[in-house]
Amino acid sequence: MSGTHGTETTAGPVLGDTPPEATSATGEAGGNSAGIAAVGRVARELMPDTGVIQDPTQLRTYECDGLAHYRVTPALVVLPETTEQLAGVVRACAEHGVPFVARGSGTGLSGGALPRADGVLVVTSRMRTIREVRRADQRAVVEPGVINLDVTRAATPEGYYYAPDPSSQQICSIGGNLAENSGGAHCLKYGFTSNHVLGAELVTPQGDVVELGGLAPDAPGYDLLGTVVGSEGTLGIATTATVRLVRLPEEVRTLLAGFRTTDDAGAATSAIIGSGVLPAAIEMMDALAIEAAEAAVHCNYPDGAGAVLVIELDGPAAEVEHEYAEVERLCQEHGAFELRLAIDATERALIWRGRKSAFAAVGRISPDYIVQDGVIPRTALPEVLRAIAELSSSSGVRVANVFHAGDGNLHPLVLFDDAKPGAGEAAEKVSGAILDLCISHGGAITGEHGVGVDKAAYMPKMFTGDDLDTMQLVRCAFDPGNISNPGKIFPTPRLCGEVPGKRKHAHPLVEAGLADAF
Amino acid sequence: MTTVSLDAARTALSSACSDVAEGTPADAVAGVPVALVARPASTAETGELLRAAAGHGLTVVARGRGTKSGWGRPPERADLVVDLSRMSAVLDHAAGDLIVDTQAGALLADVQRTVGTAGQRLALDEPVPGSSIGGVLATNTSGPGRFGVGTARDLLIGCTVVRADGVVAKAGGRVVKNVAGYDLGKLVIGSFGTLAVVTEAVFRLHPVPPARRFVTAPFGTAEDAGRLVQAVVHSQVVPSAVEVEWRPDGAGTIGVGLGGTAAGVESRTASTLQLLGAGAEAAEEPPPGWGVLPWHDTAAGGTGLKLTCAISGLTAVLDVAQRAATDAGVPLTLRGSGGAGVLYGALPADAPVDAVATVVSRTRAVCGEHGGALVVVEAPAPVQAAVDVWGPVPAIDLMRRVKDQFDPERRLAPGRFVGGI
Repeated sequence: MSGTHGTETTAGPVLGDTPPEATSATGEAGGNSAGIAAVGRVARELMPDTGVIQDPTQLRTYECDGLAHYRVTPALVVLPETTEQLAGVVRACAEHGVPFVARGSGTGLSGGALPRADGVLVVTSRMRTIREVRRADQRAVVEPGVINLDVTRAATPEGYYYAPDPSSQQICSIGGNLAENSGGAHCLKYGFTSNHVLGAELVTPQGDVVELGGLAPDAPGYDLLGTVVGSEGTLGIATTATVRLVRLPEEVRTLLAGFRTTDDAGAATSAIIGSGVLPAAIEMMDALAIEAAEAAVHCNYPDGAGAVLVIELDGPAAEVEHEYAEVERLCQEHGAFELRLAIDATERALIWRGRKSAFAAVGRISPDYIVQDGVIPRTALPEVLRAIAELSSSSGVRVANVFHAGDGNLHPLVLFDDAKPGAGEAAEKVSGAILDLCISHGGAITGEHGVGVDKAAYMPKMFTGDDLDTMQLVRCAFDPGNISNPGKIFPTPRLCGEVPGKRKHAHPLVEAGLADAF
Repeated sequence: MTTVSLDAARTALSSACSDVAEGTPADAVAGVPVALVARPASTAETGELLRAAAGHGLTVVARGRGTKSGWGRPPERADLVVDLSRMSAVLDHAAGDLIVDTQAGALLADVQRTVGTAGQRLALDEPVPGSSIGGVLATNTSGPGRFGVGTARDLLIGCTVVRADGVVAKAGGRVVKNVAGYDLGKLVIGSFGTLAVVTEAVFRLHPVPPARRFVTAPFGTAEDAGRLVQAVVHSQVVPSAVEVEWRPDGAGTIGVGLGGTAAGVESRTASTLQLLGAGAEAAEEPPPGWGVLPWHDTAAGGTGLKLTCAISGLTAVLDVAQRAATDAGVPLTLRGSGGAGVLYGALPADAPVDAVATVVSRTRAVCGEHGGALVVVEAPAPVQAAVDVWGPVPAIDLMRRVKDQFDPERRLAPGRFVGGI
C-alpha cells in the first residue's frame, strides 16, 4: 500500500511481483496489440526514431516510477519533443482505444506513472524548455519535463523563485508536480502546486489541445485547470504550464530546536501556529529519524533529542526579526533544550540536509522501509504520534517519523527487513493502520504523494460511493474512453454513461486478499 | 410549464421540504419570474428537494441571499429557487487547526465574526455586502486581499454539494493538505450554480495581522499607474493588497495594504512611502471606496465590468479602456487589484447601449492581448441584450461536456453561464 523505498540494491517487492489487481489497473500484455502497432506507426511518423521505444530491454527501464515495488513493462514508450507530437500520439491512442500513461521524471511515490502493459507510456523528459521568465508578470512559462529546481534557478537572477519544493525537487518535473499537486516543506506558508500553476496547455484524452487559465487570473468559465492539477494524469497531459514566481524573501532564518519528546515538539508547533506566526516551514523528526540522518549525513543535531523541529521564517527583515523572537520564546516555553540559529547559508544547508536526506538516510538503519503519507489535523499530532508509537511497540515494527508538522502531513517510515519471513506483511499492516488513524482523526489518506495505484483501495474509506461517482463525472467529461492513466485513483472505475449502481463482484484487491472490504 | 404539472411538482417538493412557497416578484432572478421557492434545512433535505425537482423536470436556481442574482446571463427559466438561508450555521470553528466548517447559507460576515473571536479570519473580502458563503463561491467574488492570499480557490479545502439528480457528494476534507481524489471544490467555484448546489464548505483560515496600514499615492497617467504597481510588486514590502483606482476625471490613486507586526508594518510603511514618491500618504484606515465594486458607489447601479490581464498589461488596459470610454462619451470608473491583474469598471445606468457596447468590445480586445478577458458582471437589461456578457471562452467544449455530465437535462440555472451553459 505504500512506497517501499531504500537503496537501489535493497529495495525489494513487499508483495511479491506486481499484484493481481494490476490487470485492472495496468492491463495485460498483448491486449490490443494491433492498436499498439498502429500507435507505434503514427509515433514513428511524428518523431525521430530515438523518440519511439519498442525494444523489450529498453522498455523495461520504464517499468516503475519512484514506487519501485509495482512494476509493469509498457507496450510502447514515446518521448515527444513538441506538443504536436504528443497530441498526435494521444490522438492515435484515442482512435485505437489504447490506454496511455504520462510520466515526467518518474519520481512519484504512489505509482501514478506506473505503465500499462497494454498501453503507451508518454515520457515528457524531452520537453524541457523554460520558454519564458516573465519578471514583469511574476510568471514563467515552462514545458512539462522541466525540472522543478530549474525554474527557481532560471528565476533567481530576476529576484524570484518557484515556491513548491518537494524534496525531490532536484529531479522531479513540473509536469509530474502538476499531475500530483505536489507539496513540499514550504507549502505551509506558500501553498501547493495548485496555488502556483495558473495556466496550462492541455492535451485532452482525445488529443485536442486546449488552453486552461493563463497569465491573467480568473479566466471566465469553469476552473478546469484547478480540476486538472492533482488529477494524476487521468484528465490529459499538460504540455506547458504557466507558473507563479514568488519574490525571493528579504530575510530567511532557519532554526533548529531540540526537544526531549515529540509531545513537547508538537506542543511547540501548535503554540507557534496559534500565536499567529506563519513560518515558511515547520518540520519535525523523531529520535529514530534523527539517528538515521546522523548516520547518513552527520548533520550534528542536538545530542539526546527525542525530537527536533526545523523552523524557517522568511519575509521582510523587520517581520522576521519579531517573529523569530516569538518562535524562540515559544520553543523554550515548551521545553526546547537547545536552539540553534543558522547564521549563514552553509549552516542553513546543514540543518536542511538532515531533514531532506531523512527518507534516504533511513536506508542506513533498515534494509527496507515503507514511506507513508497521511494527513491529520495539526491539533491531533500528539495523540496520533502516541498511537503510532503504541502500534510500533505492540507490533515490534519500528517507525521513524519525519514530517511537515505545520500542516499535519505525516511521513512515517515503516522499517522492516524483507529477508525475514513475514516482515514485509507486518510492515504493510502497520502502515495501513497508520492510514486508518489519519482517517479516524478526520484527516486524509494522502497529503502530497497522491493516490495512484497505491492507495486506490483506500479511497472508499475516505469517500462514499456517491462521492467517487461524482468525481467520475469529471473523468467521463474529459476522458469518456477511459484511456488516460486508467486504473489510477479510483478503486472501481465505471464506464462513462453506465448507470451507477452496486458492484456485483468483489474488488480485485479484495479477491486477491490484499485489502479489506470496506 | 403548465399549472397542472406545477401543482404536482409542488406536492412532491412539499413532501421533500417543509418550507415551500409561491415565488413573488421579489424572488425573480435577473428579471425571470420564479414559480416556487423552497428553503431546505439540511443537506439531506436539499438532496430530497432536488430529487423531487428532477422528477418533475423543474429548472432550479440556487440562492444564498440573492445579492448577486443579477450577475451573469438571466436563466432561461427558473421554476424553483432553492434558498439556502435556513442553512446558515457556522458548524465548526477548529481554531487550533485554523479551519472553519460552515453551511453554505451562512453569511460571510457571520463566519468572520465567529472566527474573529480567535483572532482569525477567512481571507475573503466581501465586495457585495450581505453575501452568503454559497453566493461567494458560486460567483467567485474577491477583493483587495486577493493580492496577498489569493481567492476562494486558494482557501476552500472541502465541500459538500447536491447534484441536479439529488445525489449528495463531498470532495476534499477538513485538513489543509490533501490530494485524495479530484478537487471538485475548484470546479464549483465561479460556476454560477450550473453544476451543483453547494451546501457546506470547509475553509482554511489565516491569523488577523496585529497591525495594518494603507499607503496611497496619486497618479495621473496609465503609464504612472503601471510603473508604480511594478515598483511595489517587485519590492520587499510584501503588500497584502495593491489597488488601483482611475476615475473619469483622470484622477488616479494607487493603494497599498500592509499587514503584519506593529514594528514590521512601521518599517514597511516607510519603504512603501518612499517607493510611491511624491504625494504618498499613510493611514490606519483604508481609503474611501477600498474594495467596493465601482458600480456600487451610488445606488443608481449601472453596468459592471470585470477586466483581467497579465500584470504587465495594466498600463495598456487602463489606457485603452479610458480612451474607449472618452471616445464613446461615457464616464468610466476603474478600480481593482491592479497588482493582481484584476480591475472592475463601472458605466452609468443611463449610458447609451451603443456606447457601452463599444467600450466593452475595445476593452475586451486589449484585455485579450494581455492574456486576460472582460466579463460584463452586471448590466441593465437593454445592455445585457446587446452585448456578449461572457465573451470568448477557450476550452468551452470541454466545459460543456462537464456540464453535460453533471446536469445532462440542463436544469441548473440554464443559460446563465458561459456559452449559454
